Amino acid sequence: MDAIVLPAVVLGPLLPALIVLAAAALVLGLDLGPRALPRELLAVTALAGMIGALLATLARWGAPGRAFRDMVVLDNYALFFNVIICYSGALIVLLSMDYLRRTGSDSAEYYALVLFATAGMMLLAAAGDLVVVFLALELMSLSLYVLAGLFKRELASGEAAMKYFLLGAFASSFLLYGIALVYGAAGTTNLDRIAAAMAARPRDPLFVVGYGLLLVGFGFKISSVPFHMWVPDVYQGAPTSVTALIATGSKAAAFAALIRVLAVTLRGVPPDWTPLFWAVAVVTMTVGNVVAIAQSNLKRMLAYSSIAHVGYMLVGLVAGGAGGTGAVLFYLLTYTFTTAGAFGVITLCERARGEAVEVGDYAGLARRHPMLAAALGIFLLSLIGIPPLAGFVGKFYVFGAAVRAGYVWLAVIGLLNSAMAAYYYLRVVVYMYMREPEGAVTAYAPSFAGGVALTVALLAIVLLGVMPAPFVDLAQAAVAPLLR
Amino acid sequence: MSGYLPVIIFAALIVGFGVVSLAVARLLRPSRPDAVKLMNYECGAEPIGSAWMQFPAGFYLVALVFIVFDVLAVFLFPWALVLRGAGLGAFWVMAAFVAILGLGWLYAYREGVLEWK
Repeated sequence: MDAIVLPAVVLGPLLPALIVLAAAALVLGLDLGPRALPRELLAVTALAGMIGALLATLARWGAPGRAFRDMVVLDNYALFFNVIICYSGALIVLLSMDYLRRTGSDSAEYYALVLFATAGMMLLAAAGDLVVVFLALELMSLSLYVLAGLFKRELASGEAAMKYFLLGAFASSFLLYGIALVYGAAGTTNLDRIAAAMAARPRDPLFVVGYGLLLVGFGFKISSVPFHMWVPDVYQGAPTSVTALIATGSKAAAFAALIRVLAVTLRGVPPDWTPLFWAVAVVTMTVGNVVAIAQSNLKRMLAYSSIAHVGYMLVGLVAGGAGGTGAVLFYLLTYTFTTAGAFGVITLCERARGEAVEVGDYAGLARRHPMLAAALGIFLLSLIGIPPLAGFVGKFYVFGAAVRAGYVWLAVIGLLNSAMAAYYYLRVVVYMYMREPEGAVTAYAPSFAGGVALTVALLAIVLLGVMPAPFVDLAQAAVAPLLR
Repeated sequence: MSGYLPVIIFAALIVGFGVVSLAVARLLRPSRPDAVKLMNYECGAEPIGSAWMQFPAGFYLVALVFIVFDVLAVFLFPWALVLRGAGLGAFWVMAAFVAILGLGWLYAYREGVLEWK
């Protein structure tokens, strides 16, 4: 028998994801230990995993690495998304500590699943091969399906998990079928080699159909119209901390994979997909904003608002180039802090029967809990895009890139949408500051962990709003090598 | 695309075989159904009640644990055959793999998956 030659195993580019996975194993291991262990230890371990991954990410900045025959590509682009994902994961762990204890669903499985989902997101951002795209997407999605159903005794949570799972599995099969067709046409699943194959035979119908199916799969994960129907139900029914993770980390990771696949494989290869994205961007932001106006449930309103924000990000994708795509990366960074913060405030507000999720529940919040109301107000103002907060700068760069690329009408539609969106965000602010308190809403003062999370999110959106240039430059420099 | 022609022909043959044999059987056979004939025979067990019922989640948990064992065995056998040639590196790779799976089993055990309730 021939001697078996082991391939060189390079684990360096996997290091951030491995740290997170090790933390997940440790959390499960701690759960096996004596039951007398303090419950905070689980959350602290999970947090250490996130921070460790963040440090590993920062340490590898500027030193791109590839592993497993280019299946995992940890370049600055992936590292930029890793930073977003680590922050998202860390904020969610911090916000979950109080929330889970209060709702009586504190468990090792929760933190382990959050860590597994985070590892999936990191791999998704670093995927250099369609097979890894699929595997990472499933690792992330399967963890999130379970997390969405965390509140086993609540019907809404079960409905959210079921809907998310069924529609997610459906979307995954679209993605997988697209991968199969692209493989059939290119003979490889590696992104670089697919690019070469497409450049050689650009008009192959298999490519066109395969990419159409891929876009359906990605469209579901980033929740663009017309694949957005699951978003409101899942965001509303899932535990609020999980909603925050679905809205920030998983969206960023899905965008990461979408942008990488498009940028690497479709470099100027006909057919031109831009008109399609133009239309999807317009429909996505308009549907999101128009329907959000009619919502009285805050979580549902934020769900539709997140659909609208996907529309704004797609504007940057249409504009293209390092300017437009870099603006999308920066937008995702600002959006992550803002949305995680907004959902974080919701986790702290409660009524006699469950969470305070109706807009009316927030009437007079400023009178009783001025700090919380101010925090939620700032997050909502950032979502509108009021300077000097991060949301404004994010929109500025995205729409600026669209104008520079000649898509003036797209930018105009985006601005009109932003103006429309101001209505439903400001309505919450009006309720908080200009209405008398009604009903018995109990808002909990955040514990130390929750306070840290909200403070970090607030500082980040102010910092990104006041001093965006270095971060935008980083985003553009990170995405530029992909667009060569 | 021409490479797919045999696949299409084969698929057409499969569908055609099924349709033709069912149609011919329907034309030729006498039709005398009774309760026993219509009963499910596939796995030999008498059908009891409706399939739309609640059943213990333990079934699928045990099945999951079994599948993990099964797949581990699939990896272990070729590994054991070539271990002498592949050296110590291969040993540690498998040790890490088994350690991760072991943690999972330990977890499943502590959660009481294997206790039949």
